[in-house]
Amino acid sequence: MAKQSEIRYLTPLSVDVKKKKYCRFKKNGIKYIDYKDPDFLKKFLNEQGKILPRRITGTSLKFQRRIAQAVKRARHIAMLPYVTDLMK
Amino acid sequence: MNNYETVFILTPVLSDAQMKEAVEKFKNLLKEQGAEIVNEEDWGLRKLAYNIDKKTTGFYSFLEFNAEPTVVEKLELNFRRDERVIRFLTVKQDKFSLEYAEKRRNKGGKKQEAPAPVVRKAEKAEVAELEVTSNEKED
Repeated sequence: MAKQSEIRYLTPLSVDVKKKKYCRFKKNGIKYIDYKDPDFLKKFLNEQGKILPRRITGTSLKFQRRIAQAVKRARHIAMLPYVTDLMK
Repeated sequence: MNNYETVFILTPVLSDAQMKEAVEKFKNLLKEQGAEIVNEEDWGLRKLAYNIDKKTTGFYSFLEFNAEPTVVEKLELNFRRDERVIRFLTVKQDKFSLEYAEKRRNKGGKKQEAPAPVVRKAEKAEVAELEVTSNEKED
């Protein structure tokens, strides 16, 4: 048992220092997400035009709902595609 | 009275004059119904993100108005009946969007430009970071 505790590593174990995610809308005080601005909404979509989950973008629940609403509206008026490949 | 905004897309087969005439028609309709038009924008011929009625482009128009809810119904009915209109969307403005719409109007002329540019610049940097972290996650 004593031996085990003497194990040493040449390089210090990399303990993941994760950057804390935050909601950019709360941080920047954006209150309204415009559905008429497809370029902005594209930040919250993946290559196929799907809405990215909150766990990746860090958006708060409140604004995630508003993003979803805005994206859906933008899709309806053909400013964003419903389905696509290689959007960016 | 509520505040509404509506975006509608007209077929690209129209000439410029015909397009203006169609927009005018809907504006007159609103006025007749006692609506007050706050703002009017013409975004011109834009590419559609997907085909609608086998068309790849369309004339986008944007109107903001104050009206009774019944007026919206009438407007939408007319949109449906008019075959020049290929798509429309009417949204009621809540207090946040109203604020945003005012800011947007005051900036004037600049159509299609997003909110405060300063904020956006800051965000772009963040997005770069965001993408990196999200890529790592996917691996």
